[in-house]
Amino acid sequence: MTALVELDRVSVHFDQRRGLLGRRSVLHAVEQVSLTIAEGETVGLVGESGSGKSTLGHVIAGLRKPTQGEMRFRGHSLDRATRRVAQHAIQIVFQDPFGALDPRMPVSAIIAEPLTINRIGSQAERRERAASLVHDVGLPQDALNRYPHEFSGGQRQRIAIARALAPNPALIVADEPLSALDVSIQSQVLNLMRDVQQQRQLAYLFISHDMAVVNHLVDRVAVLYLGRLVEIAPRAELFARPSHPYTRALLDAVPRIGHFRARHRTIQGEMPSPLAPPPGCVFHPRCGKAQDICRVTAPELLPAPGRPAQLAACHFKD
Amino acid sequence: MSVSALEGAVVVEQAVGTWRLRWQRFRQHRGAMASLVALLLLLAFVLAAFPLQPLLDIDPYATDLLARFDPPSAQHLLGTDEAGRDVLLRLMIGGQVSLLVGVLATAIGGAFGVMLGVSAGYFGGRLDEFLMRFTDGMIALPLLPLLIVLGALDLTKLGFSAEFARSGAAGFWRIVVIISLVDWTATARIARASTLSIKERDFVRAAWASGAGPLYVMATHVLPNIATPLIVAITLTIGRVILLESVLSFLGFGVVPPTPSWGNMLNNAQELVTQAPALAIYPGLLIFITVIAVNFLGDGLQHAFDPRSDR
Repeated sequence: MTALVELDRVSVHFDQRRGLLGRRSVLHAVEQVSLTIAEGETVGLVGESGSGKSTLGHVIAGLRKPTQGEMRFRGHSLDRATRRVAQHAIQIVFQDPFGALDPRMPVSAIIAEPLTINRIGSQAERRERAASLVHDVGLPQDALNRYPHEFSGGQRQRIAIARALAPNPALIVADEPLSALDVSIQSQVLNLMRDVQQQRQLAYLFISHDMAVVNHLVDRVAVLYLGRLVEIAPRAELFARPSHPYTRALLDAVPRIGHFRARHRTIQGEMPSPLAPPPGCVFHPRCGKAQDICRVTAPELLPAPGRPAQLAACHFKD
Repeated sequence: MSVSALEGAVVVEQAVGTWRLRWQRFRQHRGAMASLVALLLLLAFVLAAFPLQPLLDIDPYATDLLARFDPPSAQHLLGTDEAGRDVLLRLMIGGQVSLLVGVLATAIGGAFGVMLGVSAGYFGGRLDEFLMRFTDGMIALPLLPLLIVLGALDLTKLGFSAEFARSGAAGFWRIVVIISLVDWTATARIARASTLSIKERDFVRAAWASGAGPLYVMATHVLPNIATPLIVAITLTIGRVILLESVLSFLGFGVVPPTPSWGNMLNNAQELVTQAPALAIYPGLLIFITVIAVNFLGDGLQHAFDPRSDR
């Protein structure tokens, strides 16, 4: 498999200044993340709120330039020409289906928009394409000339998926596409995403905080904590034997029927501020295994003992 | 790359263009359609001066002190005014001036305000700061002294020929420019505030992710979504502009007597309102109809642009 998208030690920093004369501080939203997504692969990106998941998704979707590091698309760095190709081949689906669709545009124009922007095909061809996509994502045919407010949340998310599919993308960045939907609708949209993936050789970057959904869909899981990649592993390995203590805590936090939650194992406290990340390993203030070395030296992302595909950034990985 | 080649399309219902859908919605709005007809009739009325003047053989500027306040007759269909001039013809000619000033000044000032406000809101940063401080500066200037200074500008010093500066056209354009210059600030502020809230929405991000440039996003996403408050602000402007023109004329620049306008006819009639109330009623009624019709037209445009409004 060839790499579709490669992130090479990508960092995203935000300059923050409070007030006119306030002190300048730098928010480290994403820090030194290296990640590859292969053609047709589904990578799950998990982490708490504020861990930098969405920011990383925006970098890949071309909405934000990395402060440091580089993103490559099919092996090319993003110069003008490659960026145009990548904008076409990488589409994004947002969390909130109510904000993601222009309320004053009819559905056919929304779906055809990526083609309109890049002036692909004639207007008639674009409308034809919108009509066939409406069919593909399971919306009624008369949806074309209606407006977004006439649809439910799940249907709107289908419209958003149809728009993302319009330019035949190679990768869709799905930024928590299910978390704004009812549970009963979630599985329908999830199945739709899986169906279109099988038909079209799509890769997904699936951003989520719902471990159960991730377990259902993805090939590999990347765990983000305070903007750092703390573990990345094939799904089965990660769910069977999490290597990083933070991953273990995330898995333990998933409620299961018939199990009492192991209270002593859930992590305490809140994620530190990304304005002032702790020295050493960023997870040490909340970690049960923390030793002196953790407070001083940041661990590198290395394979877990005996499992070369499972990388974790911990001095005491399982 | 052709789209239809990518996939066997199953077309049952045809997609219709966005503008055609908007036109359909506009036509549903009865008040707007009636107003459109009313405005077209008004236009026909003011243009009727051209065939009517030679037909009745009247000079609308010629005074006749023996025929002051004549009642309607076959020669003067609406009678004559305090200087013995034909009221009907003066209403028509005055309407040409008032409507043209109203529409042009509103359009120029509105377009300028929208462009400035949308750019400030969309690009933000230094440009926003600069444009908005400029707007605040304009708001801070007192209106009447500003009007008087602008009205007193010597056009020949600005490089126009002396011939043009003395002509009626110069007065007309002077008024249009003055009103446009002072009447864009409210529109600009509304446009900026609404743009700021639209810019943060995910559908704008989705367009960016596909490589959309600023002009595309402004035209396709920002303007239709901020149309509602803008249409309200701009339709309210038209009536105000027609009356502002009469204030300027009263101050002695712009449309100068004997050239009539609805505004100065109404002003002149105020002193005679007990003697000849009809002289105030005619121009007042026409201004009233214009303002109402434009407001309903704005209602219809809002309805066309906002698919959630139901009427």
